Amino acid sequence: MRKRKAVYISALVMGIAVCGTGCNGDSASSGKETMELLNVSYDPTREFYAEYNELFCKYWKEQTGQEITVTQSHGGSGSQARSVIEGNEADVVTLALAHDVTAIEKTGLIHENWMEEYESNSSPYTSTIVFLVRKGNEKNIRDWDDLVKKEVDVITPNPKTSGGACWNFLAAWAYWQEHDEEKEEETKEYMKKMYENVLVLDSGARGATNTFVENGQGDVLIAWENEAYLAMEEYPEQYEIVTPSISILAEPSVAVVDQNAEEHGTTETAEAYLEYLYSDEAQRLAGENYYRPSKGGILQEFSEQFNLEMDLVTINDFGGWDEAFETYFSDGAVFDQIYTE
Amino acid sequence: MKNVKRTYEQDMEGDGIHSLQKVIEPRRNEGSCTVKYFLIGVSVLFLFIMLFLPLMVVAANALKEGWRVYKENVLDEYTVKALKLTLLAAVTAVTTNTVFGIFASFLLSKYNFRGRQLLASLIDLPFSISPVIAGLVFILTFGNIGWMGGFLKANHIKIVFAVPGVLLGTIFVTLPFVFRELFPVMNAAGKDEEEAAALMGAGGFTIFRKITFPHIKWALLYGMVLCTARAMGEFGAVSVISGHLRGKTNTLPLQVEILYNEFNTTAAFSVSSILVILAVLILIVKSFVERKRK
Repeated sequence: MRKRKAVYISALVMGIAVCGTGCNGDSASSGKETMELLNVSYDPTREFYAEYNELFCKYWKEQTGQEITVTQSHGGSGSQARSVIEGNEADVVTLALAHDVTAIEKTGLIHENWMEEYESNSSPYTSTIVFLVRKGNEKNIRDWDDLVKKEVDVITPNPKTSGGACWNFLAAWAYWQEHDEEKEEETKEYMKKMYENVLVLDSGARGATNTFVENGQGDVLIAWENEAYLAMEEYPEQYEIVTPSISILAEPSVAVVDQNAEEHGTTETAEAYLEYLYSDEAQRLAGENYYRPSKGGILQEFSEQFNLEMDLVTINDFGGWDEAFETYFSDGAVFDQIYTE
Repeated sequence: MKNVKRTYEQDMEGDGIHSLQKVIEPRRNEGSCTVKYFLIGVSVLFLFIMLFLPLMVVAANALKEGWRVYKENVLDEYTVKALKLTLLAAVTAVTTNTVFGIFASFLLSKYNFRGRQLLASLIDLPFSISPVIAGLVFILTFGNIGWMGGFLKANHIKIVFAVPGVLLGTIFVTLPFVFRELFPVMNAAGKDEEEAAALMGAGGFTIFRKITFPHIKWALLYGMVLCTARAMGEFGAVSVISGHLRGKTNTLPLQVEILYNEFNTTAAFSVSSILVILAVLILIVKSFVERKRK
């Protein structure tokens, strides 16, 4: 009896194994000869990089005759950096803030001096933080002070996962700090009031924009300037941009993920991909997508589009990203104190 | 009413048609109309709000800009790739879980051993675990900083943030479906017939083909259909594991999210409509199988 059973079971195994491999046969995919580049980026850059990739592929074909395809990946900057650390094999990262690139650097995937690799601290375009309000601006939102009013509902993403949200936080902080002459406790009070007004805390900038624009939540969206302009473009006549008196110069960072690129044999292409971001064509493309080109001359071409008079602090006013992150966003730091209390 | 033959197991487990009859018959005799119509009203209203209305929204939004745009959206390069990956994930998950389901239910129904109950409960675990956790667990196991990260990297095996990860995630969340359908049937059938056949000298495969399989075939198919449906709709685990690589690791549900995030509402709903159509097809197969099963 026992032996019979064994025969029975082994026959069953074999029969099913044959069927299984047969059904699975079509899953193997064939390799392609074109070079592939993976750009892991943050939320609002989808449209810009979709256009830039076309531009770059054309340029690269002209230069080398080689066909390349660039794969895009977008999400909250912090979570994207995390995915690269955990094994998402990006050749280049184009993230919302230097700190996220540094986080990858710490694992050894990116060389230490990445920030000096390209001009303007490896930030080919910059942006700032503005308010997007509904047409008519019924609640009369003009500056950061208006965001702490009881009746105002604010939409901003979560600084724990979103780079844009960190810039939002620091811009607000800079405003109250300036007005209260370094009275940290009072600044904290204001910040706390503002975050109490936050209706939805999305994980990425694009999620927040969708919450505000498509789902109609909240009175004001604290957003990247480029994101605000994009929403205006997608939904004309429905929104207004309000520029606060003080904001922050946001410098999104780009870097080649050296170790991955070396493994894929794409180092040269990856470097060219980032280098070309500084070309006049690419800088103009950035401007057209509402990023502020980092080249002064081309920024001036867009002087009508951007409010160049804004008072912008920089991350250096906060002692650089390492310090700012430690003080405000690490576990138990200022943001946690404000938001959980 | 004509006497329908019922097996013991059907009475215990209940199956669609017979259990319905049991409930309906007394109603017919009592004839309490108010309650009946009230319940009908509530059910229809609920289904209308929860099901019909949202489906209409999908259809209306998908076709908002006309057939041509709809066709363009559906035949978009990335959407087609996402569809292919979704189908691949579904086929892989169904195949794997069918094999696993047959083995597991065979083991648990025909053999008695210590920990049998525990094993059966473990197979149900994916039902109760949040898919997001499943995704994270795979990342922490197979990712760069995970347990097996170093080994996989040294051997150039890519699992997470690549197609294998998507397949793994899908297999995980659909693990119990085939087993859940097969096990009660196999358990109820017992092992007497197989033993008799073996005594008469039938070989293992013949026994499976002629005795075990006919008992379980409709239950098996039903489980496979449910498994397919779940596999194609999976979002959470795949979302965590995929890395959102456009045209590579995006399945249809992820593609819908991406399009929606790109302010491309019409395209998002067009792609959703593909999922709806697939779901309807599965539903048809499912009711066919259900009917055959009785």
